[in-house]
Amino acid sequence: MTNILIVCANEPIAATIARLIDKMEDWRASVALSLNEAMENCYAKTFEVILIGSGITQAQEDVLKLHLEKLKTNSVVVKHYGGGSGLLYAEIYQALAER
Amino acid sequence: MCGKFVSTKEKKTMAQTVLHTANTRGAADHGWLKSFHSFSFAGYYNPDRIHFGALRVLNDDFVTGGMGFGEHPHDNMEIISIPLEGELQHKDSLGNTATIKAGEIQVMSAGTGVYHSEYNPDAKSPAKFLQIWVFPNKRNVEPRYDQITIDRDTRNEFVQVLSPNADDAGVWIYQDAWFNMGRFDANTSKTYQLHKEGNGAYIFVLSGSLRVAGQELNTRDGFGISEIDQFEISASTDAEFLIMEVPMKF
Repeated sequence: MTNILIVCANEPIAATIARLIDKMEDWRASVALSLNEAMENCYAKTFEVILIGSGITQAQEDVLKLHLEKLKTNSVVVKHYGGGSGLLYAEIYQALAER
Repeated sequence: MCGKFVSTKEKKTMAQTVLHTANTRGAADHGWLKSFHSFSFAGYYNPDRIHFGALRVLNDDFVTGGMGFGEHPHDNMEIISIPLEGELQHKDSLGNTATIKAGEIQVMSAGTGVYHSEYNPDAKSPAKFLQIWVFPNKRNVEPRYDQITIDRDTRNEFVQVLSPNADDAGVWIYQDAWFNMGRFDANTSKTYQLHKEGNGAYIFVLSGSLRVAGQELNTRDGFGISEIDQFEISASTDAEFLIMEVPMKF
């Protein structure tokens, strides 16, 4: 199972992305609506891919990456663009290929 | 990408080029929507065709009469639609309701998030349009929408339909990108000068045949060229095309 965390401050868009990810048999989505929620999620679970969605600043993304370094996970953090199905699957395939 | 020697007035330059012929595009048939994807999109994934610089999506869409895209979200993307035939009825969460038809261009900066729907209001005729997505140079901007009429009468000149500047011709987006359309008579040649160092251009042929920097192109072929400051476009037949100039690094 591939666990994917969506970090996105726009709740309806985060829910849409989660629904699209959960449609895929081997992928499972979790949602964090803020940096703090994302950090808590990463304590509790290891994610192969972390998607940075709308409303998350570069500074917050950098803090999350530092947090992941400390946790010694090898999560791939990628920016998500488009807010829907258009680019989502290619972003995840590319992130998984990077691991 | 592959290298191609291109003669310019000043020098012979090793340009980087990429060719996507029409029949190698991804295809999706949803019944009401037929779409050809020049780059990976939705269920079409080709790791060799993800983007050309900041140009991420070029979909050649055909929407059956009376059908369309129901309300769906977008964020952090510059989304440009250019109808080629027929009409689309647009509604969005910013309160915009509009009809866009051939001869117009629509732009949406999705930014922090916007919902929209696009329907073909004509039950009898299909709507054909290009859907183009460009990566923004700024994330989380306030969403915005605009549409304008474009000049489709001028022949044998480049007609700018998009730029980064609100006070320049065409619509504007959050990216150092310039789009030009061209309607050339057969045997017309012109030199396209890129606006910014580090930009490349992706040429998409809407109809007819062209020669771009020595490469023969036919209807619906796409050709990207970068690491060059100008190149020649010659129409082998009467031809219509779109040049999308975008940053290669963004």
